[in-house]
Amino acid sequence: MSDADFRPTANWETLKLRAAMLQRLRDFFAERGFLEVDTPLLSRDTVIDVHLEPLAVDLCDRRRLYLQTSPEFAMKRLLAAGAAAIYQITRAFRDEEVGDRHNIEFTIAEWYQAGQSMSEAMQLLSDLGEHLLGLGAAKRLTFAEAFQRHAGVDPHAASCDDLIASAREHGLLHENRPPHRQRDVWLAQLLTQLVEPQPGIAGPTILYDCPADQAALATVRPGPPAVAERFELYVRGIELANGYHELRDASELRERNRVNNLQRRDAGRRVLPEDSRLLDAMEHGLPQCCGVALGFDRLVMIAAGATTLDEVMAFPFPIA
Amino acid sequence: MGTYKTSDFRKGLKVQIDGQPYLLIEMNFRKPGKGTALYECKLRNLIRGTVLSRTYRGGESLESADVEEIDAQYLYRQADTFVFMENTNYEQYELSAEQVDENWKYLKEGMGVSMMLYNGNPITMTPPNHVELEVIECEPGAKGDTATNVTKPAKVENGAEFGVPIFIKPGNVIKIDTRTGAYIERVNS
Repeated sequence: MSDADFRPTANWETLKLRAAMLQRLRDFFAERGFLEVDTPLLSRDTVIDVHLEPLAVDLCDRRRLYLQTSPEFAMKRLLAAGAAAIYQITRAFRDEEVGDRHNIEFTIAEWYQAGQSMSEAMQLLSDLGEHLLGLGAAKRLTFAEAFQRHAGVDPHAASCDDLIASAREHGLLHENRPPHRQRDVWLAQLLTQLVEPQPGIAGPTILYDCPADQAALATVRPGPPAVAERFELYVRGIELANGYHELRDASELRERNRVNNLQRRDAGRRVLPEDSRLLDAMEHGLPQCCGVALGFDRLVMIAAGATTLDEVMAFPFPIA
Repeated sequence: MGTYKTSDFRKGLKVQIDGQPYLLIEMNFRKPGKGTALYECKLRNLIRGTVLSRTYRGGESLESADVEEIDAQYLYRQADTFVFMENTNYEQYELSAEQVDENWKYLKEGMGVSMMLYNGNPITMTPPNHVELEVIECEPGAKGDTATNVTKPAKVENGAEFGVPIFIKPGNVIKIDTRTGAYIERVNS
């Protein structure tokens, strides 16, 4: 082990910027009447997502708990119990995610407001970005417009073959092996390889109204086309925040949990517990609300003009 | 041969794609909030030197390439074939002029080089970063010309030509950087 291994990868100037941005973020929410809350990192319940792997923690008494992948469950329980506007800045953990823009443990800012429409939630997110980065208001673009413009396909109607045809046309198919048949993976690939790098997405941009099969915990607005009421903030082509007009229907969530667990099993991932206190809260009644999660480390990365998270974190995962 | 899963992908891995050996030179992990993990890779073909950009999904895998680096000695050239010998077991390996490419300019008999074997067959040869070669032919420098950035061509013992400073004379030994082909210094006078 070399002597340099104990030192932070971020310089002091950046660590000071990080602290100042944390303060400005708290001021932003305090000025708007949001209550700061503080919920457990370790929980019996966890999000069931096909592409999200939580870290499991086994207790001495053999109970298995999970480190949160986001504070979503606990914050929605607070909303169901009467909270009006809440935020928190905490840690989240996602296994397997390490890279220049990913760290298994990261800082997440998440906020919810009861009674808020998706348009109001997008405005608040744009204001927050403007307040912290000073790059101006975010322009809004639907996923359909972005995909039409940059990938030449309609993300709601396109079949898997249509998406493969677009990938071929844009030189994304090189393999001497047949293209895979996962529609959602093609949507992700076209998004990261064709849409995100566009100069038009370099300034603050909110993409909204996702394909319905990517709803996660967002509500689906019936169509045609049916769209998931989700929105994402991009700055410099980097995904910075992800917002939902929140799903409130407990039976719908039970069904998504069931389907996601089946897909996880097919993908060789472990099956996760489907019952949760979030379902109890939703059965009691979750108010109509919107919620947004923001990657704080990425926000600092953009503000610092850095290109990797190592430059803005004291001790990234490889030297944690 | 083994395989590497996307979770094993690291810079420096040697893998096989379409029957060709590649070195993983760059890897970016990308994971959109709505989807699967993607591994954006840049791979350099170890035979041709060309760079390939490919994106792999989490869970995909690549075959490992049987690539081995050995220390060898350059023996001699016979027409379009260059002959080398491994230092430990005296095994001889041949590379064509096409495979040796521009590197012939740095070779001198008995010189130590590093070779790469793919499935046991030699594919490339890398000379040391610096080599010393004797000048056998060059024009005399103009008297009084002391400008340091002026160069003239000089032919060295293996027939290659390099740009050298005006003061270099036949019989001088010069040091060349093999990564750039640039003259570094005169070794004796």
